[in-house]
Amino acid sequence: MNPPVSALNLRGAATRIVFAEQDRFLARDIQRLSGANLSRCFHCRTCGNGCPFIRHMDYPPNGVIRLVQFGMRQQALESHTIWICVGCHTCSVQCPMGIDIAAIMATLRRLALEEGAMIAETNILDFHREVLHSIKQYGRAHKLGIMLRYKARVRQWFADLDVGLRMLAKRKMDLKASRVKAINEITRLFIPYWKR
Amino acid sequence: MPGSGHHLTDLSYYPGCSLESSARESNISLMEAAGILGLNLIELEDWNCCGSSSANILDKEIAFSLAVRNLSLAPPDRPLMVMCPRCLYHLREAHQRLSREPETLRAQERRWGRPISLDLSIIHFLEVLVRLGPARLKQGLVRNLNGLKFVPYYGCTLFRPPALRQGTYYQGELGNVLTMLGGVPLNKALTHRCCGSFLSAARADVVTPLVNEILASAVAVGAECLVTSCAMCQLNLEIRSTWEPRLPIFHFSEILALALGAEDYEGWFSRHLVDPRPLLAARNLIA
Repeated sequence: MNPPVSALNLRGAATRIVFAEQDRFLARDIQRLSGANLSRCFHCRTCGNGCPFIRHMDYPPNGVIRLVQFGMRQQALESHTIWICVGCHTCSVQCPMGIDIAAIMATLRRLALEEGAMIAETNILDFHREVLHSIKQYGRAHKLGIMLRYKARVRQWFADLDVGLRMLAKRKMDLKASRVKAINEITRLFIPYWKR
Repeated sequence: MPGSGHHLTDLSYYPGCSLESSARESNISLMEAAGILGLNLIELEDWNCCGSSSANILDKEIAFSLAVRNLSLAPPDRPLMVMCPRCLYHLREAHQRLSREPETLRAQERRWGRPISLDLSIIHFLEVLVRLGPARLKQGLVRNLNGLKFVPYYGCTLFRPPALRQGTYYQGELGNVLTMLGGVPLNKALTHRCCGSFLSAARADVVTPLVNEILASAVAVGAECLVTSCAMCQLNLEIRSTWEPRLPIFHFSEILALALGAEDYEGWFSRHLVDPRPLLAARNLIA
């Protein structure tokens, strides 16, 4: 468990970071994987100013970039910020240095999943899993199925029940899933090629 | 019927999962408007999910292949028209990657057993309207919008992501089109603020204040309603708002089809969680 580094979320007193203990290739890796040149960031914080989701993040977007620059792999991969980010690209557009910050967040999410890092927002991940499950099954996203399976997974049946019922009443959620006919073309994508 | 004297323009049409289900009213009204304008929308045969945010987050390669399958289904001789901004983004991004990586293109063509055209043009409905030109729209106008004050709400995706920025720039076109039809666009609201997207499902507590902020900005400039280009935004603005009074949120295609004289609007508007009919009746747009 990592306590948030207060020096990096730009509020409290400075925390000592031992550089020798950090991952000195992290910035290079993220740069190559995301195609975003994060060494251009001079922490003007424009990204955080425009971000609609900043209030629900533990680090502002530039804070995550700072973690990467410092090689603080675990803190970056286990942050809430990378999962709260929906990829609206507001930061990428506003960045005066033209850094595609949303692409950096996407890369960090991918690494977090691949490396089995602790995921800070399990509900959000569970939702994504259910969407993908639906796509695997039908080739399309079936909203009612996604929401039912998601609710079962997070065991919060009564949260949002009113919205769900109103959507059902307006037939915004179909009982029957719309399906791709050649579904084998889709399911095949989910099997590793050496098992097909 | 207006526009029937014109040569039909054939377009492949990719609806996407939202327009197929939760936003069916947008799909139906779009078909209606397209018919009046003389467009022949041919739904992409057996299309699948574009890849979506979720697939892109969990597995970029599966998401990419999902998008490419749709491209492999599209006949190369006519443009592929997309209504959902996020689908447009994922399909275009995949198409751009195929142009950059010839070996990936060949692998995907072999995987699907179908050729994929690098010249395929993937365009948004707004672009089709702009290409048609103002004369055709004006000619089709049956119900003048009578100065209906709306906020053209684009959401975050229509032109913002780098992959879309290389294409046509859509900013202002929602307002331009509806101004021609008699509406009054109010641009000084949060027209591009993200609606919260998929967080609506897992973190409604994050989305509600965002949506309320967008609606408050619309009320502050004197808007009577919002017109969105994105089905997901439309849903989030309706279901997550706790702002009173509730502003009606229209799909762009609904307002367009209404102005062009479509008559089956009851079926669309009855599917809204915020009933837009009192506003439209007060404006003498519907009976």
